[in-house]
Amino acid sequence: MNFQAVKSIYMFEMNRWKRTVLQSIISPVISTSLYFVVFGAAIGSRIETVGGVSYGAFIVPGLIMLTLLQQSVSAAAFGIYFPKFTGTIYELLSAPVSFFEIVLGYVGAGATKSIILGVIILATAALFVDLRIAHPFWMIAFLLLTAFTFSLIGFIIGIWADNFEKLQLVPLLVITPLVFLGGSFYSIDMLPPFWQNVTLFNPVLYLISGFRWSFFEVSDVSLVWSVAAILFFLVAALSVVWWIFKTGYQLKS
Amino acid sequence: MQPIIAVSRLSKKYDSGFEALKGIDLEIARGEIFALLGPNGAGKTTLISIICGIVNASDGAVTVGGHDIVRDYRAARSMIGLVPQELTTDQFESVFDTVSFTRGLFGKAPNPTYIEKILKDLSLYDKRDNKLRELSGGMKRRVLIAKALSHEPDILFLDEPTAGVDVSLRKDMWEVIRKLRESGVTIILTTHYIEEAEEMADRIGIISQGRLLLVERKAELMRKLGVKQLKLEVREPLASVPESLATYDLELNDEGRTLVYTFDRQGERTRITALLADLQQAGIRVRDLDTHQSSLEDIFVSLVKEQQ
Repeated sequence: MNFQAVKSIYMFEMNRWKRTVLQSIISPVISTSLYFVVFGAAIGSRIETVGGVSYGAFIVPGLIMLTLLQQSVSAAAFGIYFPKFTGTIYELLSAPVSFFEIVLGYVGAGATKSIILGVIILATAALFVDLRIAHPFWMIAFLLLTAFTFSLIGFIIGIWADNFEKLQLVPLLVITPLVFLGGSFYSIDMLPPFWQNVTLFNPVLYLISGFRWSFFEVSDVSLVWSVAAILFFLVAALSVVWWIFKTGYQLKS
Repeated sequence: MQPIIAVSRLSKKYDSGFEALKGIDLEIARGEIFALLGPNGAGKTTLISIICGIVNASDGAVTVGGHDIVRDYRAARSMIGLVPQELTTDQFESVFDTVSFTRGLFGKAPNPTYIEKILKDLSLYDKRDNKLRELSGGMKRRVLIAKALSHEPDILFLDEPTAGVDVSLRKDMWEVIRKLRESGVTIILTTHYIEEAEEMADRIGIISQGRLLLVERKAELMRKLGVKQLKLEVREPLASVPESLATYDLELNDEGRTLVYTFDRQGERTRITALLADLQQAGIRVRDLDTHQSSLEDIFVSLVKEQQ
């Protein structure tokens, strides 16, 4: 195992992030605050509580998930896409590193970045509403698993993309709608029965529900389903990454 | 002695159907400078890319230091430093960081002193904190060499090291390469500048259309295929070569003004004295004479033409 290489890739990615740290941190903090103003104050004043939790607090896990998914995907996708774009990928391919080590470096960095943002948003939210975390272990488990899994998905997107448009496409057209429609700002009980059933097909619902349960012990679906969903994502992403490296897809001719 | 690189029956067919390499066999000796010479698209970069692990071979095998490049890729790749043809760099990184990054990728513990030494050797030390985008093309090329040397490789691949580099920098680069060889590094360079191969290489391989046409020591190659010509400019134009000079196999050029005599420099007798005496006998007066030895370029052009 070439730990030096994993560390090098990881530090390279973190340093790149540090150079734009202001932009990387301020923009999610501002958008989270805006969500609070719009959903929490304007709409929340008419909803009051959902399942016994104040609406302002209710949306916090959803907001964190929103950022976590978006940032994991885009950070990891950009991380591996960029060397492909500039051509410096030759270095990774000619170095004595296994594909597993390459993934660990990029996905580890992508996950770290999104977890840092998730924690910042949690802290920002704590300024607006009263938060309590009923199951810290589960909360952290969901946070880590989701960040890691969606960084893997981002890595796959970064390998697949051969232009900047494709790189933006999946986060914009798939991830964001799924999070918004996956109960980040509402409980699916509030939907008509038909749409409740449709929403059950949205995989992101299970992540948000489980994450919210770790805070408030209220959930749309049972914890078992949430854990199963995140593990399913993880296994699916790992399989695709394994296939990419076995075939050299988009990397080696 | 066991070759440091052994390539056997190596073929590459790209998905597009293009056959870049057609059964290459090649052995590189430890410590030599080997020049791979060929026109654009001959397969030079593909060959290097396969040895370095960037492209998969379709058939055949390669060992580096006795390690198979697929089964034992870590050991094989650890021995190699690659300077690619394109100036691909992380524009926003500093010189020092990018060179250190490569060392890390190759699994070596950080060693700032060693990195500084390389930067000094390549006259990059003053620029160590500069961002790569601030450097000129020649400087970037040096950074790529520094990166390739950062993990103390035994073998250095230089893919067109002086493409797009001005003459004085090219001379510097040659100096750098010679110094590296003195330190024991085996060097394989590809080039389509014949001058470069002629200047640097111990051995030369000529590749064209995916086949190695020949591999030879440079001196041997020049001796075997190099001919020498004596050009005689005559005072009065000749209509034809006189009968009495038929045994010299002369060529008449330049509307009868120049006689060209081709001879083997290595031969026992060049017969030049006899020729000059016979010219005088025939009453031909010589204004000027010039000898010319065929360069590697002439050899190369004729070989590649022959193949086509």
